[in-house]
Amino acid sequence: MDILSLFIIVPIITILVLVFTKNLKQARVVSMVGSSVQLLMAINLVFAYFKERAVNSSIMVFTKDIVWFEPFNIHYTIGVDGVSVALLLLTAIVVLAGVFISWKMCDLPKEFFISLIVLSIGVYGFFISLDLFTMFVFFEIAVIPMYLLIGIWGSGPKEYSAMKLTLMLMGASAILLVGILGIYFNSDADGGALTFNILEIAQVNIPIESQKLFFPLTFIGFAVIGALFPFHTWSPDGHASAPTAVSMLHAGVLMKLGGYGVFRVAMYLLPLGAIDWSWVFIILSVIGVVYGAFSAIKQTDLKYINAYSSVSHLGLVLFALLMLNKTAWNGAILQSLSHGFMTALFFALIGMIYGRTHTRDIGKLGGLLKVIPFISVIYVIAGLASLGLPGFSGFVAEMNIFVGAFQEDNMFMRVATILSVSVIVITAVYILRVVGIMLMGPIKKEAYLKLEKVTWYERFGILLLLIPIVGIGVAPLWLSDMILESLDPFIKGLL
Amino acid sequence: MDFSSFLLMRHEIILLAITLLLLVAEVSIANNKKNSIVHLAIFLFGIHTIVGFLKMDYGDLFGGMFHTNELIKFFKSVLNIGVLILLLQSGDWIEEKILHQQRGTEFFMLLFSSLLGMYFMISAGDFLMFYLGLELSTLPVAALAAYDITKRISSESGIKLILSAALASGVSLFGISILYATTGSIYFIEISEIITSNNLTILGFVLFFAGLGFKISLVPFHFWTADVYEGAPISIAAYLSVISKGAAVFILMILLFTVLKPLMAIWENIIYVIAIITMFIGNLFALRQQNMKRFLAFSSIAQAGFILLGMITGNQLGIATVVYFVLIYVFSNLAAFGVVQAISLQTGKENMKDYEGLYRTNPNLSLVMMLALFSLAGIPPVAGFFGKFFLFTAAASKGYYLLVFLAVVNVTISLYYYLLVVRAMFLRKNENAIPYFKSKIYMKLGLLITAVGILVIGLYSPLYNYIHELSKSFLN
Repeated sequence: MDILSLFIIVPIITILVLVFTKNLKQARVVSMVGSSVQLLMAINLVFAYFKERAVNSSIMVFTKDIVWFEPFNIHYTIGVDGVSVALLLLTAIVVLAGVFISWKMCDLPKEFFISLIVLSIGVYGFFISLDLFTMFVFFEIAVIPMYLLIGIWGSGPKEYSAMKLTLMLMGASAILLVGILGIYFNSDADGGALTFNILEIAQVNIPIESQKLFFPLTFIGFAVIGALFPFHTWSPDGHASAPTAVSMLHAGVLMKLGGYGVFRVAMYLLPLGAIDWSWVFIILSVIGVVYGAFSAIKQTDLKYINAYSSVSHLGLVLFALLMLNKTAWNGAILQSLSHGFMTALFFALIGMIYGRTHTRDIGKLGGLLKVIPFISVIYVIAGLASLGLPGFSGFVAEMNIFVGAFQEDNMFMRVATILSVSVIVITAVYILRVVGIMLMGPIKKEAYLKLEKVTWYERFGILLLLIPIVGIGVAPLWLSDMILESLDPFIKGLL
Repeated sequence: MDFSSFLLMRHEIILLAITLLLLVAEVSIANNKKNSIVHLAIFLFGIHTIVGFLKMDYGDLFGGMFHTNELIKFFKSVLNIGVLILLLQSGDWIEEKILHQQRGTEFFMLLFSSLLGMYFMISAGDFLMFYLGLELSTLPVAALAAYDITKRISSESGIKLILSAALASGVSLFGISILYATTGSIYFIEISEIITSNNLTILGFVLFFAGLGFKISLVPFHFWTADVYEGAPISIAAYLSVISKGAAVFILMILLFTVLKPLMAIWENIIYVIAIITMFIGNLFALRQQNMKRFLAFSSIAQAGFILLGMITGNQLGIATVVYFVLIYVFSNLAAFGVVQAISLQTGKENMKDYEGLYRTNPNLSLVMMLALFSLAGIPPVAGFFGKFFLFTAAASKGYYLLVFLAVVNVTISLYYYLLVVRAMFLRKNENAIPYFKSKIYMKLGLLITAVGILVIGLYSPLYNYIHELSKSFLN
């Protein structure tokens, strides 16, 4: 079995074993073992990738191709480059952390872990696919378990949020379907056969009219899951209602599918369309960046703050991708990774705080640093990483994005860049505001004096996420080199 | 012509033999042992289904009135599988509710006669055979729709079906006679050579199309659907929505793609418009349904709208994708109807509200229902996704991107109401949820087959490749 297909087969085996588990104890152990194996495989993949890259200079390595539906030329084609390897690692880490955070999931534990792992199959499959059809299948597999995960195990207006999230994301994927079909039926423009293979389509000169028609469909289809303004409204509601591990996985990993899809499909296959349409989406993404940050200031619910902050941060990813240059793209991928770890960490911490105090309203919290110091300190660290303090991953990513964006020297780009840079200040406002109100100050309730200490599994989950944040911040070059060298073939069509 | 050429009608002859055999059995089996009729009928039909797959010759009979080829044989087998599943799912219902009224055998005989009519309709080589098949397939179903004699609503549904069916077939016959008047022939092969696009043929075609549109329940010929489904016994509602619709879709497609091909410029536009309104009306009306049978009725109207996306292409890809979609639709819709049937038989409850909290009491039934709904909604990795994707691909291959776009908008709308049922079963907690019950073996088997089908048909690509090859040889 090849090294990549294992990323799908291991979770399937995990699910098959989970079906036979009887209680929470068995279910969580099985999920933990399964996810740990995934993480080890992902780490192994990073090393294997470096080894392979030294001798193999093709765009994708570890490729494998199996014919699936022959009449449509649909293949199961897989392969990875530096970008997908990095995102696979992110996924493996966040899933394992999510399993640890859900250690005490009492209601229907078996079903919870099965849904969680089905979701992860979709994500893994999406990141390794090189065939539009297969990619689309995995994309939808990743979205649909969210309905059950939020609807059954969520809190607050969970039915509403779950339905809203599912319909918006599936609606987006439906639009994406039209875009994909459009690309497919133009893939014979140079006289070849129709194909869904991304690498093959990239060699074809799709007529510019088709590119202009299908780029917005493909872009919006992916960007909705990346919280593009004004289609971001599913995200705050969805995150606020979801259980902790699902918020982590969703904000940390699932929303990255958007940026990745834009980069891998929309821009790579329809470069002329991208150049033509970029100004529209730059405007939207800048609005998203600034608006998300301002909304975060006004929120009082911790999860809403974080969800809007995600809208803002992921707006930066789309913004950077639309700058169409290599430095900005490098920043976009780094921002995806950095935001993935950071926001998962945030949601984990919020889940822990909520589990202890039973409120997420920052007005009712106070002085937590004195009673749960470990969680509070990590919260401060995550906050600092989020506002882009040097030494953490956020700084590296945003630095790259803004340097890249400033390379574009026309007035429109400059204004857009300056507006987006301003978000650094706004981010600082909402992060420090929460830290000030919630962690510092007097303890507001008698009950808060006796909060439960952090447990071993929570500690483990937190450390899993914290290590990469610091790791990328302190030593970004190994990762950034891996990403940079993979960007070349993708940027070529755009220059 | 020797007798061996009658073997071309193998499906028809065996089914007729089974029907007559059941008549003999009815007479010779004592009243207190009548439930053996159910076992006998299911067993015989199971054999018939298996035999249907065996190799056979293809060709014409009766001077071209009846003809058969590999695709037609395959489609008859698809119908067989559907009816077999349906028999398994309704076996318990017949044993418990129908047998003591001494009307068990008639149920099977009427059902098989109707299926026989569909065989003839599909295999028709001229309009006469086609019309005979159409009538034979419709009339027994009207009797079956009124089969729940203890319920007034069932008789009402039977009357509604027979009246509207009679009108529809009358209109259709009028259309056929106009086509005959303009071309001077009722044989499909001759018509396809003579027919030209003029006002009278177009009128004839439209009337003919309306008659078949009624059977497929395309908007605006759909008004009977929800009422009849609601009143009829569940297995008959399932039969109407799956088998009857599937057969009509198939023959309509064959006629459009071969006989009426010269009129393509006309029917393309008609189908374009009808596809859009069928999808929208079906989906929008399904949003507010509370009764599961009415819910599935509107959902099946919407599905018919999606099928038209494959039909609009007029080429081989269209045939392959439509047949494939119907095959998947048979499994998905029968799974949904099967769960409704199982619950209704045990508790008499048919409303969406009664399903609340079902997962916690009856997890297996809920999972089958979820699979079925996801397949109808077109969510991977279950089969419905592949069916829909390929239909859309077929439409896009002809450049109908706007139509595909409207279709995917409809897929999203439909997802909403399918998720409403999932919400009731999985998300809601309910003190008075339907308590745990065990279904009997036939029902279990019937649901198991559908569930396996839903999971396998999509992912297992050789099946589609096979249909694709059949459709290629069909048009040559």
